[in-house]
Amino acid sequence: MTGGSRGIGRACAVALAQAGHRVAVLYGHDDAGAAETVAACGRDGRPEHAMAVKADIADPSAVNAAFDEVEKAWNGRVTVLVANAGVNRDGLLLRMGDDQWADVIATNLTGAFNAVRRASQGMVRARWGRIVTMSSVAAMSGSAGQVNYGATKAGLIGMTRSVARELASRNITANVVAPGPIWSAMTEALGEARRDEMVKATPLGRFGTAEEVAAVVAFLCSDAAAYVTGAVIPVDGGMGMGN
Amino acid sequence: MEREAVLSGLADVAVELLGVDRDQITEDARFVEDLDVDSLGLVEFVMAVEDRFDVKVPEERLDGIATIGQAADLVLEMAGTPAG
Repeated sequence: MTGGSRGIGRACAVALAQAGHRVAVLYGHDDAGAAETVAACGRDGRPEHAMAVKADIADPSAVNAAFDEVEKAWNGRVTVLVANAGVNRDGLLLRMGDDQWADVIATNLTGAFNAVRRASQGMVRARWGRIVTMSSVAAMSGSAGQVNYGATKAGLIGMTRSVARELASRNITANVVAPGPIWSAMTEALGEARRDEMVKATPLGRFGTAEEVAAVVAFLCSDAAAYVTGAVIPVDGGMGMGN
Repeated sequence: MEREAVLSGLADVAVELLGVDRDQITEDARFVEDLDVDSLGLVEFVMAVEDRFDVKVPEERLDGIATIGQAADLVLEMAGTPAG
């Protein structure tokens, strides 16, 4: 679970823990948030079903080391990966700085690549795996002020589908979940006017919850989803319909 | 490490992992043309060989490794024993 210190990441970690997985939460900065996620994942008060590992997702050696740490601690291979870590640094195209572009690419797209590449090693050895990447309704619809973010979210679709084709013969599925407006720290920071716009654009007329996204992720990570691969599943209240 | 032991180990891996017949595994057996190993299979083979012989094979060294014999030489080299 990358990007597990809050929001959709935390909800997914908890859902996977409830489904019986041992969950390792990879996070970048928020020690307290990661600790809370780990606590929320604990079953029957037993913390050993969840652990947190701090690593810079954009740094391949840090990501590899994080996976090594988890696999050593639990004496097993990571066979389920939810590549969810993502940031936004919104701004209009004409004013978008080089770093603003590059930082979001590095975290959202390269970070996902780093995690998927390392995770696929264990999955190929195990001849079983589940990969879910976290895209967004912005990927296919586009989103003003999110040229960088939109690029990475669309990029995840091409990347994940290519992974799906490469690894299918080894019983590894790779799918994309594309959330619409979801209540989280990220959307809270957008401001009321922007949030109202989003609600108006959503047929179901409300924000979704992180748990509603997590439920789809948990399904994709299960045995029941063994015939689903290369899919892009929106959890967006109908916002992105037709894309 | 003895070359014979390496060849035998490679044969074990090929049989277990790739479902190849043991008698097909000769010095000159080519992975792609003779053993019918696809590109992902080759990657899996390398990973399993790394585990078995406790060596690390850098990506660049894999170019031109087309036969079992060449793979054995590479393993010996990575393990610090001169090949041949």
